Amino acid sequence: MSSPNGASEKQSEQSEAISSRKWFARGARAAISIPAFILTAAFVGYAGLARETGLTLLETLAMTGFIWALPSVVVLTGALSSGMGIVPAGIAVALASVRLMPMTMALMPIIKVQGKTKNWQLLIASHFVAVTAWVYAMKHLPELPREARLPFFVGFGSSISTFVFVLTGIAYLLVERLPDVVAGALFLLTPVYFLCSLWGAARLNADKAAMVAGLVLGPVFFISLPGLDLLWTGLMGGTLAYLATRIWRRGLS
Amino acid sequence: MDGLMSSGAYADTWWWPFLMILVAGWLATDVWRWLGVFAGGRLREDGELLIWVRCVATALVAGLISKLILFPQGILAETPMWLRLAATVFGFTAFLISRQRVVVGVLVAEAFLLVGWTALDLF
Repeated sequence: MSSPNGASEKQSEQSEAISSRKWFARGARAAISIPAFILTAAFVGYAGLARETGLTLLETLAMTGFIWALPSVVVLTGALSSGMGIVPAGIAVALASVRLMPMTMALMPIIKVQGKTKNWQLLIASHFVAVTAWVYAMKHLPELPREARLPFFVGFGSSISTFVFVLTGIAYLLVERLPDVVAGALFLLTPVYFLCSLWGAARLNADKAAMVAGLVLGPVFFISLPGLDLLWTGLMGGTLAYLATRIWRRGLS
Repeated sequence: MDGLMSSGAYADTWWWPFLMILVAGWLATDVWRWLGVFAGGRLREDGELLIWVRCVATALVAGLISKLILFPQGILAETPMWLRLAATVFGFTAFLISRQRVVVGVLVAEAFLLVGWTALDLF
């Protein structure tokens, strides 16, 4: 590094590190939000389910931290309690988690600085992809400067998961059994919250069309193709919505 | 073949649940996120392909939403389906009317569910 620009390069690197830290902190602060509380409430509901199923505190926390996607956590809980082996349980969880791939794919071009962001950074950040953080990121990250997006997202995701992790543990210890009405209300919280925030994050007509298609096709495929239902809902609903809005946008070209 | 297809002899060991959580939980979930990183790295932010990928992701999540409402797990399954649907519709309408404030939507849906549930229990 004997280039004449050495000194100024170093300086800019330094200021960049500071601003990354600043954006990380801003992301962490943005995480103190309604979505975080709703997600926490949903995991508190899960802690009750885990305890009823006979999972230990350590197992419940390991599930929360390692999997970090509530529907997959619920599927694995069912698998553990029914004595399933690793293969069928892994397949069931993998099928419940397929949605994370297109979600992560859609996030990458927003979060990445071309030619600068390292793959390992993206792989770490991707662990925080779950509906809550994804919806928030799709809506708010495009408003931020490009360099700020990755640290902001990691700050947001890591502080939400830490918060939820701690409260899930506390809820497991304190709440022996939730009253039926409370447990039921907590289970309705997640879908209604997803519904409103997904609509809020939709930027294009294509997104909204895809949402309607998914809402309608979800139950249809659940009855006709259980197991693979979400995959088919996504591929069929998403493609139909894309084609319909594309024709509407630019005709049959 | 113990452990592969059913928990079998390992069911009572202390480490079995953790092996399940790591392999059937963590690996089976994060592998999709990692694949998404590599497949998404080549997408352009303004490309048509990205619009399609977003559509697929959105439809998948939407499918999950209607599944959670129509075929819920746990105690919520004991409420009538029309009550859950009505609560959701009311909540979503309130969300739209309130200029898309998520809290309003969630609170209205919950209030509708709780009032309806209590009323059904009373009669």
